[in-house]
Amino acid sequence: MLRTRIIPALLLHGKSLVKTERFGKFRYIGDPANTVRIFNELEVDELTFLDIKTCRTGSDPDFELLQNIATECFMPLSYGGGIRSFDAAKLIFDTGFEKVTLNSILAQKPQVLTDIAKIYGTQAVVASIDVKRSFWGSEKIATHGAKKMSSKDVVAWAKELEDRGAGEILLTAVDREGTWDGFDLDLIKRVTDAVDIPVIAHGGAGTLEDIGEAVHHAGASAVALGSMVVFQKKGMGVLVNFPQEDALNAVLTSHDT
Amino acid sequence: MTATISIVDYGMGNIGSLTNMLRRIGAKAEVVSDIKSLTHADKILLPGVGAFDAAMARIHELGFYDVLRTKALDDKTPLMGICLGMQLLTSQSEEGRVTGLGLIPGKARKFPKIDRLKVPHMGWNTVDIKKQTSITEHLPEDPRFYFVHSYYVKANNPADRMLTCQYGLDFDAGIQRDKIYGVQFHPEKSHKFGMALLRGFVDLPC
Repeated sequence: MLRTRIIPALLLHGKSLVKTERFGKFRYIGDPANTVRIFNELEVDELTFLDIKTCRTGSDPDFELLQNIATECFMPLSYGGGIRSFDAAKLIFDTGFEKVTLNSILAQKPQVLTDIAKIYGTQAVVASIDVKRSFWGSEKIATHGAKKMSSKDVVAWAKELEDRGAGEILLTAVDREGTWDGFDLDLIKRVTDAVDIPVIAHGGAGTLEDIGEAVHHAGASAVALGSMVVFQKKGMGVLVNFPQEDALNAVLTSHDT
Repeated sequence: MTATISIVDYGMGNIGSLTNMLRRIGAKAEVVSDIKSLTHADKILLPGVGAFDAAMARIHELGFYDVLRTKALDDKTPLMGICLGMQLLTSQSEEGRVTGLGLIPGKARKFPKIDRLKVPHMGWNTVDIKKQTSITEHLPEDPRFYFVHSYYVKANNPADRMLTCQYGLDFDAGIQRDKIYGVQFHPEKSHKFGMALLRGFVDLPC
């Protein structure tokens, strides 16, 4: 049976791993290579790296760092952050990553997504949508590390990205990120109902039950975990970890196959 | 001393992860991209990602078609196809119009449009051992592997089915005939399971 993908989403800033809250200030977590080694031991099935410095400063991905990470990993890897062209994506793939995650560039040059998908396959391209709720509760699509806003409709945007060749969507609720308060299930469901490609729920996971809800009640095909895999508990110190297999299976085992 | 594993590079697919894993399990690996080197190979890995026809075209262009068939059928050189590489071992694919290597009769077909079945089949899935072979003998319990493919294979002869998997339907996750093996998943991305499988191939006598 196909396992539901539970993916540690690790944030890079310079050469360090960090963790943010609501895309704001960040805490230092540790050295990426060491952290990868721990996830290897824990036999985690997939990892996503997102470089938050590139979108805040406009810099390019740190290819050398990514090369080091790729040599340590024996599971599928995705990378996002500062990929603005086909050529940059090619470099990421050559390093050994399976997938590239695109976000900010999609607002200005969505053609890049199509170009990459055409050569590498749609399954190699993840379209990342960061959603922020405004003060009055309306939804906005955020780019560039949630620094720029667009008032495009989230569902329409997700469908457009699917049409353009995205293999899956990384859907992040900016306001929930780092809070341990649970996913924005309503947002996730609206998107999963609208597209046929897998949607990865991201932002807010605090308990195993949250993971179960995202999958069974909101239709997420996969779940990305941030705080849960780098901190001991909410409000406590750094501890690289991954939910226990049995406990995870208990919340994921569904009523259908 | 175990033989060197020759990884065929015909320009499609990322060889880096495969060489990394082979190195990690202590095997000697080399990348071959010319006829002479391929002819001298003691063990061959045929990786591949992308389209069937494009891959067969490249293989013909490089003059590998006859060499691979001779090595596999006449010399009995151990050969393992990975992902698209496994599909190339069969007779043909629905995806294209060209014939495959024809080493294990079968056809690659696209996953059907069944409600809620997302294509490609992407993610980790469990496999059942239909037929125990040298490369499956040491797999850990409850073997699972990382798959990403839109086309599936079911060998014509049930005796050639080594590993099976379920995704909307029952298909071959692994096929085998003599010293010719094919796996639909990516062992190089399947951490301890992939390592156990590759170790089995590395330890095959040749």
